[in-house]
Amino acid sequence: METIDGVSIYPILSFLIFFTLFVGAVTYILLKDRKSIEEISLLPLDNDKEISHEETK
Amino acid sequence: MQAETFYYDNKIVRNFTVATIVWGVIGLLVGLWIAFSLVYPEMNLASWLSFGRLRALHTNGAIFAFVGNAIFAGIYYSLQRLLKTRMASDLLGKIHFWGWQLIIVSAVITLPLGLTSSKEYAELEWPIDIAITLIWVVFGVNMFWTILKRRERHLYVAIWFYIATFVTVAVLHIVNNLELPVSAFKSYSIFAGVQDALVQWWYGHNAVAFFLTTPVLGLMYYFVPKAANRPVYSYRLSIIHFWALIFLYIWAGPHHLLYTSLPDWAQSLGTVFSIMLIFPSWGGMINGLLTLRGAWDKVRDSAILKFFVVAITAYGMSTLEGPLLSLKSFNAIAHYTDWIPAHVHIGTLGWNGFMIFGMIYYLMPRIYKTSLFSEKLANAHFWIATTGILFWALPMYVSGWTQSLMWKEFNPDGTLVYGNFLETVTQLIPLYFTRAIGGTLYITGMIIMVVNIIRTVKTGKLVAEEEASALPLSSTEYKKKKGEHWHRVIERRPVQLMIFSIVAILIGGIIEIIPTIMVKSNVPTISSVMPYTALELEGRDLYIREGCNACHSQMIRPFRSEVARYGEYSKAGEFVYDHPFLWGSKRTGPDLHREGGKYPHSWHYNHMLDPTSMSPGSIMPAYKWLYTSDLNTEYTTKKLEAMVTLGVPYSADYIANAEMHLMAQAEEIAAELESQLSDVEVSPQEEIIALIAYLQRLGIDIKGNPSNHTEATVAGKITAEK
Repeated sequence: METIDGVSIYPILSFLIFFTLFVGAVTYILLKDRKSIEEISLLPLDNDKEISHEETK
Repeated sequence: MQAETFYYDNKIVRNFTVATIVWGVIGLLVGLWIAFSLVYPEMNLASWLSFGRLRALHTNGAIFAFVGNAIFAGIYYSLQRLLKTRMASDLLGKIHFWGWQLIIVSAVITLPLGLTSSKEYAELEWPIDIAITLIWVVFGVNMFWTILKRRERHLYVAIWFYIATFVTVAVLHIVNNLELPVSAFKSYSIFAGVQDALVQWWYGHNAVAFFLTTPVLGLMYYFVPKAANRPVYSYRLSIIHFWALIFLYIWAGPHHLLYTSLPDWAQSLGTVFSIMLIFPSWGGMINGLLTLRGAWDKVRDSAILKFFVVAITAYGMSTLEGPLLSLKSFNAIAHYTDWIPAHVHIGTLGWNGFMIFGMIYYLMPRIYKTSLFSEKLANAHFWIATTGILFWALPMYVSGWTQSLMWKEFNPDGTLVYGNFLETVTQLIPLYFTRAIGGTLYITGMIIMVVNIIRTVKTGKLVAEEEASALPLSSTEYKKKKGEHWHRVIERRPVQLMIFSIVAILIGGIIEIIPTIMVKSNVPTISSVMPYTALELEGRDLYIREGCNACHSQMIRPFRSEVARYGEYSKAGEFVYDHPFLWGSKRTGPDLHREGGKYPHSWHYNHMLDPTSMSPGSIMPAYKWLYTSDLNTEYTTKKLEAMVTLGVPYSADYIANAEMHLMAQAEEIAAELESQLSDVEVSPQEEIIALIAYLQRLGIDIKGNPSNHTEATVAGKITAEK
């Protein structure tokens, strides 16, 4: 890299990588069913309701 | 499948919590000392008590000793319970704990002795940097091993934050501490000038992001639900803001360098990404606060929840203020002023401090199987500390605006109204005093906490091994369900989660740092700029040792007011030999980049010995010890050779005769001093001579006159090719 010309390809590329992954992550989390969300958000709290962690959603 | 019985290790949690409290009080007392020393400069009693040296001890103590131990306490507590397993290795935990405390002790010893790299929040010299790396790896191994041994398959969001913290801090620490050692406790940054500035603030901002924010957000996601006994407001939001946060934060570093000689494109990236950062940050704030929706009445009766609510609110305020300060129009006013410490301390005292206090009040009674000794004292702590934050920050806002506007004020005829920098300082003393009162209140609150916790502990008994039971994970491979989203797969595979996090955080750093380093056109060369002479280099190292960059900047911004006050604004090409850079962050004293040749040697001689003799009312420390110590030239040759390795073009001939050149220049300065001062004997060996040489060199190269010192031939001989 001797000159700055054309360096903008790198931030554009990185933005595209991030954007794709981010859209993927958002899609995933928005499509996730409410029951599994609730189960995970309850993890810090003391709850004996589940015994097995395998039989999920 | 049978449930397995196991034991949570609470001893390690107790140990880290005690360390948090002890170092918290010590680290903040150092802060209080230096705050008062700005009002009463007589408090700069000795070299190891001077502001310049102690400032780094306060920042390192607050960040790594206070918050550091706290995040380890919280991680060791929450990780075990979220994963339903004990920490994988008790031994690694012990090594982590004692190693970290030893590192802190080494900081307490080395920083006041002036053994510093000068790079903010990375001042510790190279042997300690290596120790930090090793202990950090120990921590990471223990954490990941525990994750692999878990009995709860899903990684709750707090753990994502812990993983991102571990990974990113490792990268940041290593890159910003890449330095070439010269002696046991002295090294030079491999980067110089603009590049070093960018690496430093990529690191510095992300130390805030990944040491003071992400792990504490992780703790928030565990302790706030626990304290309120309700799940987090939106788990979906926590995932979304996690990824956005760790990606965007990395790019924000250049907002510390707006209007400096950093290339424009990097400054713009810093600004834009800092503005975008409002969204994921506020996502965290919203999640934390709305966890309490419908349960606000609980806050009334709980000191813990009060601390958490104010902490999260302070986080929200800081993460709006920060991005706004990243806009050039705000930055033009705020940079170098007390507005910046005001902003910092809302975050540190409010977000970090209060989250930690809430966490301590939560977990200490629990691991001692007792209840908090006095809820009343905890509430008193809350109110006193909150008042403390207000008394700390509000005067500093006023101070920042006052100073900034005074710097910029012009007479109708185009001259500066406050041409003498000191006039802008003396106005601020009452505000500095009030700030110190704020700090006193905050520490008083902490002392109340100490008393409360000690009495709590006395009424209980440590449950070193806390029994728990859970089903192990099925030994058969988790079957991928039909149509299961790919992200779900990652959630189950922590190693992959770690790798993706690494990729996310590396992108921003690589994009900003590599072009700055590799593209020559980023730092236009100035042919008249030359390396420092041997004496000047030694003087520069004294400047670093004394922490002068804590109060003085060396970066004149292209503003009319700055050019009128200091001279030509600073160009990137002037700093190419500066290993490390010394642009500074704060102007408690004036900018020094064009100090060279402004005053005769005698002015500096008198000023450093007693600043008030040249500047009545000055709050600068008196550097008496520079006159009674001889310059140590044992490493001069080694230093020049190290610089050559780093690309500074000293000729072999110059290095071979370095001692001679150094003495010649020193004798010249000493002789001139004796002629300027009456009845004073000046030895050329005094350290002050080297410092004067350095100060007189600052910023003169572009003026075209190659020597303000008569050793003109030094300039001619200095470089290998010219």
